[in-house]
Amino acid sequence: MIGSLAGTIRRLSVFLALLFLALLVNINLVQVARSSNLASQPGNNRNVIKEYGRERGPILVGGTPVAVSVAGKGRLKFQRTYPDGGLYVSATGFYSLIYGRTGIERIENPVLSGTDPRFSLQQINDLIAGRTSKGGSVLLTINAKAQRAAANAMKGHVGAVVAIQPSTGAILALVQSPTFDPNPLASNDSGVESAAWAKLIGDPAKPLLNRPLAEVYPPGSTFKLVTLTAALSSGQYTTTTLIPAPARIRLPGSTATLPNDNNRRCGNGQVTLQVALEVSCNTAFANVGIALGGDALLAQAEKFGFNSSFEVPMTAATSRFPADLVKAQAAQSAIGQYDVRATALQMAMVAAAIANGGVVNTPYLVQSVLGPDLAPLEPPAVPRPFGAAMTPAIAQEITQMMVGVVDNGTGTNAQIPGVKVAGKTGTAETAPGRPADAWFVSFGPADNADVAIAVVVEGAPDSGPIWGGRLAAPVAKAVMLAILGR
Amino acid sequence: MSTAVIAPPARTDGPPTRRPRRSAELALIVLALAVGLMAYAQVGFSNGGILPQHFVPFAVGSTVAALLAHGMVRWLAPYSDQVLLPVALAINGIGLAMIHRLDVAADVKAALKGQPLPRPTAPTQLVWTVLGLLLLTAVLLLVRDPRVLQRFTYTAMIIGLALLVLPLVPGLGVTINGARIWVRLGGLSFQPAEIAKLALIVFFAGYLVVKRDALAVARTQFLGVDVPRGRDLGPILVAWLVSVAVLVFEKDLGTSLLFFGLFVALLYVATGRRGWVVIGTFLFLVGSTLGYYAFAHVRVRVDVWLHPFADAANTGYQITQSLYGLADGGVLGTGIGQGTPDLVPYAKSDFIISAVGEELGLTGLMALLLLYAILVERGLRTALAARDVFGRLLACGLAFVMGLQVFIVVGGVTNLIPLTGLTTPFLSAGGSSMVANWMVIGLLLRVSDNARRPTPTPVPITDTAMTIVVPR
Repeated sequence: MIGSLAGTIRRLSVFLALLFLALLVNINLVQVARSSNLASQPGNNRNVIKEYGRERGPILVGGTPVAVSVAGKGRLKFQRTYPDGGLYVSATGFYSLIYGRTGIERIENPVLSGTDPRFSLQQINDLIAGRTSKGGSVLLTINAKAQRAAANAMKGHVGAVVAIQPSTGAILALVQSPTFDPNPLASNDSGVESAAWAKLIGDPAKPLLNRPLAEVYPPGSTFKLVTLTAALSSGQYTTTTLIPAPARIRLPGSTATLPNDNNRRCGNGQVTLQVALEVSCNTAFANVGIALGGDALLAQAEKFGFNSSFEVPMTAATSRFPADLVKAQAAQSAIGQYDVRATALQMAMVAAAIANGGVVNTPYLVQSVLGPDLAPLEPPAVPRPFGAAMTPAIAQEITQMMVGVVDNGTGTNAQIPGVKVAGKTGTAETAPGRPADAWFVSFGPADNADVAIAVVVEGAPDSGPIWGGRLAAPVAKAVMLAILGR
Repeated sequence: MSTAVIAPPARTDGPPTRRPRRSAELALIVLALAVGLMAYAQVGFSNGGILPQHFVPFAVGSTVAALLAHGMVRWLAPYSDQVLLPVALAINGIGLAMIHRLDVAADVKAALKGQPLPRPTAPTQLVWTVLGLLLLTAVLLLVRDPRVLQRFTYTAMIIGLALLVLPLVPGLGVTINGARIWVRLGGLSFQPAEIAKLALIVFFAGYLVVKRDALAVARTQFLGVDVPRGRDLGPILVAWLVSVAVLVFEKDLGTSLLFFGLFVALLYVATGRRGWVVIGTFLFLVGSTLGYYAFAHVRVRVDVWLHPFADAANTGYQITQSLYGLADGGVLGTGIGQGTPDLVPYAKSDFIISAVGEELGLTGLMALLLLYAILVERGLRTALAARDVFGRLLACGLAFVMGLQVFIVVGGVTNLIPLTGLTTPFLSAGGSSMVANWMVIGLLLRVSDNARRPTPTPVPITDTAMTIVVPR
């Protein structure tokens, strides 16, 4: 006699209950315990798709968007557009589905895409109200007029322009030349996107290179400002100290010589520091470098920001001043050659520090970060001093000497009637047989500067001292005119 | 010696003495309709802030269909369980809303690409639902007493096996995604295994009513457990071979596992011998091991289960996308229409559970699983309430197959067990599954009605001379 089956049916029920329990435990593990791990799996493109489905916040210059998302027609719900084409590319970067993002588009992505945790409260409100969540906005420190002036003046040149507000460190212009139009890279059509990319990476002029931030150049004679600061700060020199300035000097401990660019002595073979700066006398500054020694130059360069990394918020290339220099190397380094390398940003910081009474401000590009409702997410940027590179008195002295450079030295092309402009030219040798780089750093008005500018133009015909003034100074002048509203 | 007739179990509520008004069922149906229709409306609200197109005819149609089904059950099975129909309707409604939501996703995708809009699945699914409810009514109408089915024990076996091998018939069967489980006739395609499920449950129940004594009594010792004698192993070996054949020739892991599991479960329930479970488990392990080493498709499934991210772009794509969707849903889900469940392949059919998990979250998915658990529990309760062994085995088989199928498919898409290609009852897009499961509900209602009817009608049972029905 077999039972009524009630017992076995009950045991089968227990078995089924266990199966359901296993399912319930497992979905708890997948949806809660493992969810963040699963979200960060490399093959998980849900976040990207969500990002592209949400209206990305604009990047603003002044009150105007320079990168903005509009309703897309193709595969993406929203399309990123850059109304000014390549004008702001050094700052904004690009936003590409295939090739990723760069610049502010990359660094400030959490804000722009709306994934920043500071947005979560707002998004819950949006969810309740049935609104589609939007990204926040990023307001740049860029001055549109200065940016445009710099870009126009750089047309036909290869190089970079950086303008900084000396009192804060805010970056007012950030220009690369050549530039590129980021619009095709954000295209809704992957064919357009990849064709544009292929063209850009194949271009020998390297338009994708962010020259003002990512490229380091030998700073050449503009580095004499650093040497000069070290000299005056050492207490062993004044502006009127006489320095031997022959046509060429023999480098200590070697058979090599270091000539003046025109192979002539400066003055009568002995000049004051003031004149040495005005005529950009190599041998005089090499002698100063030898006398001060590599360590003193290194210490001074690092006070200006060499060998430090700056995030503006994009990480700029680190400008280098080598350590443990022998005297011959110190002589070359004192005029910005040998292994000294600087970004345009760094040389703008040197000029800005002199203009700002010696205090170096950390450069920055983001003025404020705004929520989707345009309410600030955080207090606006405030100056963050990097340190004092010199005393205010020495800054004052160097300013006067730099005004001399523009008034009656190598930088006359930067003169602006009615404005005292301080400047310094440079023409840097790059490599044997390669064209030189023309530099100009300046600030103005000299007694209370609104802007400090560094311009580097690649491909000067030779290393003659005239090229910094001839190629780069007019660009700096154009930017300064734009800032000063003239 | 044995009698298939069992005294009705003691129930606290007691069998209703007068025809119940089934107001509980009606109230629950209203609730089920509300859940389904609100989910459906939500798809429109989250996508443009308006009611979905054709919402009113859809709502009216579903309401009429559900109320008519209620009316039919009230007429044809007045004493039956009042929870089964509403719960199945609720799951069905959630499924329709989810499929509509995925239709919208497909429309958006096509519109963005400038392609013509694809044919929506939800209307077809609604037609299948109505057809399912009609078949439920037909079952109640034709099977006035479950014991009638016992007469068709061997007919059911033939029908079941024939349906099972139907996809292998050249020119009729089609292979979709590697599994040959579909039959295409004219423009219609269906999965005969879903219907075979029903026929085989009838066969197993009828067969075991007769053979359970023999299969239970004679036994020998094996590994310290009572196991049947060798000569009694025939039936389980046949069931095993058929399951292996399904695996080999139709490459359908899920159906294979479902049928074998069903047979072993009923064998155990009918005989009360744990030895059958031991043998069944042993045969299952042998079959799995053979399958793993002999067939690449089984090996791939197991490897993907163990290492889903090892080849996430190819073999692991479906399961990893499913897991990403579930993880994206989290506790509360993205909300209907707010997620991207269409990223998971076959989101409307095999992977609809991950779509639910993504948009309704852990909360919604747990609620859904509990609805299934209620369905299974009511089925098992019906089995306990049945007055004869056949009815008990039938209801038990129907409930078990529902529970096991949910386990296999949900376990598969959540990577608890290797992925197999089964449909989720009442939820997945697909006609054969829909009508088969509504017929399951129909049979359960019939058994339940018969069990709770105050004066059961005696029906002569021809195949089993041993069985005597004693009216109370």
